[in-house]
Amino acid sequence: MQAIKTFGLVLFIGGFILFNGIFFLSTYRLTTEIIRAKMNDQEKQELFISKSKESLSHDYGNSFEYVVMLDQTFEAINKDQILKFSINENEINQLTGKGKTKLDQAALESVFSPENETNLFKRKTFNDWGGYLIGQSATSDQIKDVAQKINQYAIVSNVGFDRYVVKDLKSSLTKASSVGPVKNQPLTFLFLTIGLCVIGGLLYILPKLNLAPGIKNNGIFHNVMKNTGWLGILTGTWLIVFYILLYFYPEYMTNWIIMVDPVSLVLNGNEASRFFLYGLMYTLCILVMGVRMLIHYRHSKYQMLRTVSVMFFQTAFAFLIPEILIRLNQPYFDFKNIWPLDYDFFFDSELDKLISSGTIGIFMLGWGIALIIIAVPVFVYFFGKRWYCSWVCGCGGLAETLGDPYRQLSNKTLKAWKVERWMIHGVLAFSVLMTAAVLYTYWTGASWFIFVDSYQLRSIYGAWIGAGFAGVVGTGFYPIMGNRVWCRFGCPLAAYLGLIQRFKSRFRITTNGGQCISCGNCSTYCEMGIDVRWYAQRGENIVRSSCVGCGVCSSVCPRGVLNLEVKDEKGRFGEPILIGNNITKINH
Amino acid sequence: MNNHQHIVIIGNGISGITAARHIRKHSDHSITVISGESDHFYSRTALMYIYMGHMKYEHTKPYEDWFWKKNRINLVRDLVTKVNTADKSLSLQSGTNISYDKLIIATGSVSNKFNWPGQELSGVQGLYSLQDLESMEKNTVGIKHAVIVGGGLIGIEMAEMLLSRKIKVTFLVREESFWSNVLPREEAELITRHIQSHHVDLRLQTELKEITGENGTVTSIVTNKGEKIDCEFVGLTVGVSPNISFLNGSGINTKRGVLVNKYLETNVEDVYAIGDCVERTYELAGRRNIEQVWYTGRMMGEVIAQTICGNKTEYNPGPWFNSAKFFDIEYQTYGVVHNTLPENETDFYWEHENGMKCIHLVWNKTSKEFKGINTFGIRMRHVCFDKWLRKKRDIQYVIEHLKEANFDPEFFVRHEDEMVASFNQKFPNLVVTEKASS
Repeated sequence: MQAIKTFGLVLFIGGFILFNGIFFLSTYRLTTEIIRAKMNDQEKQELFISKSKESLSHDYGNSFEYVVMLDQTFEAINKDQILKFSINENEINQLTGKGKTKLDQAALESVFSPENETNLFKRKTFNDWGGYLIGQSATSDQIKDVAQKINQYAIVSNVGFDRYVVKDLKSSLTKASSVGPVKNQPLTFLFLTIGLCVIGGLLYILPKLNLAPGIKNNGIFHNVMKNTGWLGILTGTWLIVFYILLYFYPEYMTNWIIMVDPVSLVLNGNEASRFFLYGLMYTLCILVMGVRMLIHYRHSKYQMLRTVSVMFFQTAFAFLIPEILIRLNQPYFDFKNIWPLDYDFFFDSELDKLISSGTIGIFMLGWGIALIIIAVPVFVYFFGKRWYCSWVCGCGGLAETLGDPYRQLSNKTLKAWKVERWMIHGVLAFSVLMTAAVLYTYWTGASWFIFVDSYQLRSIYGAWIGAGFAGVVGTGFYPIMGNRVWCRFGCPLAAYLGLIQRFKSRFRITTNGGQCISCGNCSTYCEMGIDVRWYAQRGENIVRSSCVGCGVCSSVCPRGVLNLEVKDEKGRFGEPILIGNNITKINH
Repeated sequence: MNNHQHIVIIGNGISGITAARHIRKHSDHSITVISGESDHFYSRTALMYIYMGHMKYEHTKPYEDWFWKKNRINLVRDLVTKVNTADKSLSLQSGTNISYDKLIIATGSVSNKFNWPGQELSGVQGLYSLQDLESMEKNTVGIKHAVIVGGGLIGIEMAEMLLSRKIKVTFLVREESFWSNVLPREEAELITRHIQSHHVDLRLQTELKEITGENGTVTSIVTNKGEKIDCEFVGLTVGVSPNISFLNGSGINTKRGVLVNKYLETNVEDVYAIGDCVERTYELAGRRNIEQVWYTGRMMGEVIAQTICGNKTEYNPGPWFNSAKFFDIEYQTYGVVHNTLPENETDFYWEHENGMKCIHLVWNKTSKEFKGINTFGIRMRHVCFDKWLRKKRDIQYVIEHLKEANFDPEFFVRHEDEMVASFNQKFPNLVVTEKASS
């Protein structure tokens, strides 16, 4: 058995090393065919081809040099375009002169003449960006302001490459330019990296079946992985780097994406995107570590059922069904993702996509709204927020499987609880405000909502909360702050579910008479950092908005004190009572 | 009662700390808690989990360190060497004196040692205190084989601890099966089987004769059967006794423990005693005069706080209850189930086919009054049995309502139907029909 375990570990480490190693396994060669394939605008294609003459068909040894070349090319093109198209001092002065009386088309035509490519562009963009000045008199400051905006934004986004386009192009060009063994044999590399990690992981886990069923937490706080030792910190660092690449620098992870291209082609008919790679890895983590959970807690039917549940919802709802929908030319949709965790559900692009997809799209829209306003309150009332957080949710699913070895690292102090309440409700408020602004823009077309720009708001939310908090911090900090950092401090849906759980639900954790011995296992293993013992040792029901109902406090209790129960709301907030003495009641 | 007093409590275990917390809730007295063992209250029952790596010491502290200052409970880390009842003061090891208006002795226990040859060798120890845990850490580094003497709750915990570090364990138990001086034969055998399934070398009906060593360190033991067993560690877990030696000459009456009346008062005015170190001078039906259990310590702490705060209260614990965990099998008991069935009682035993779950109920033959239950591997509700025992329910009522008492997590397999069927088969004249749980 030990041999199988060791062999599994060797396979896993081998696969993991190669996974990181293939980062360096390609060279990069840009060709005109690639440029033409990845850029839609023909003029921009030519512009790019002419600017990258020297780089074309040149082999770059690594992605860093290659990306630097792309950056320089984009920058050079933008610089040229700004030089060519910007409205100059002289033109501003002339417009100011005209504007004293009235700024009209004739004025623009006379200032921006002769009629050539450059001046046509200037006339058009001035109309686009300064349309509110046309037909009336305008001050020098107003004209300067318009000119400045054009010079700063309009030129780059119309005839150059703005940062959004650059971001997409960088990763698609890099991926297409990759040359080497990974590109030639993606499936072989997929097997040798992720495949070996999966097989090795399972072989490492399966011998746990040899241990008698029951709580086996031996050595957790002596373990360099599970007690924030060097291995834990290394793992956290790797995860943080992975998430930063995924969200902000996908051009450096193209070799990993190339490996899963064949899988993506089979499932949805397209080449893989970075989020396909992420979804596949995420699902495999939940499945492999889910097997670990099933073995680890095989004495508890509750733990086994909810583990099977998160494994199922991740595989079917989050991964396979959306991919298959794409294959069927339907909109990508995760039927179990709920706003505000699914923060872009009300974004104009999403709404347009669903509304334009016919009956099924309208159904999806209705389904998503029903989850928010019906499923959440009703199910939380009957079962507690656990129905979502530890049975269905993808973030919860990863936390309960991949994250389970780190659950004991959550901070249990009163101070942490205070911070938690401010943060999570702050994010909930932010998500509501952001969504309100986005919808306001959707219906009115105006980007300014009260005092903020809805476009800016959504991009801040997406970067700082959606990617930074939920991804980088949420998962990267598993080995440092426990497996529910995001769910505890950041998830706006958890906050919403929690508010209902706290005030209107049949769910609570009950304590068994006077049996608590204050040992502390329950608090230690609470991933949400609830000081369960505080309640148990005074005989008080645990009714906390943050409780995700994982049931581990009950599982690890050596005296059978804790139980997750749903029953009549009456007595939920009962007086603490410790059975023992005959004296009537002792207030605590 | 609001005249301000200085209450000094010796001992920061569950008894002393419960007393301190409740006195603070009910009064404005000055409270000082003195401990020679630790700076803060920690859960003694969790010592094993620290060794096994389930928790760190800090996790075993039920209250954060700021709690004591906020609640004006003054903690003193020192050892009381002498109680001077004449001038109401304590002499401490550090040389300082503390005077008190009222004194509560809550000093717990010390491990028993029965003058075995070699018991002072290095590598031989009991397990009661934080210091014992520290020495166990040191004494078991890199060792291969340990012997544990004494088949009680601490013994089996120690076996589990050592096995978690992959140390081979030989377990000497005087009785014919594990803990059979407390458990009826069936349960004792069930646990005995479970211990053996964890590869403990269990030697039943075997006692320690002597411990031998080299250079002051243990190397082997000899049993009463003359067998020599090589080992590098010996755990002595043959019970505990009240920790009262420092009271010699204080004028406070002691026998095995500090003698107290039903108000937990000693013979000296303003001196009280609670918890493990107490020996009751009056009888409580079905209970021993020294009860070294977490729960009784807690209850005594609650009661003494009432008395100190002006509401003079008798220590009158409700129905007996206790719990433990033997490796993977949890145990709870409510009421009293004797290891040998008294003349006037009848019993019903049900065991699951996997041999890891059972219940054992006893009742009065003539009145049919339910007297107690042992449950292994099935969690039961304390509140139900407490109520049924107080109301003197008969056995049929209890069997009928077993479902109501189940405290296992959701989705766990329930066995009440089997239990009831088995009961009806064994006691055709007591046939019951099950009541659904409410």
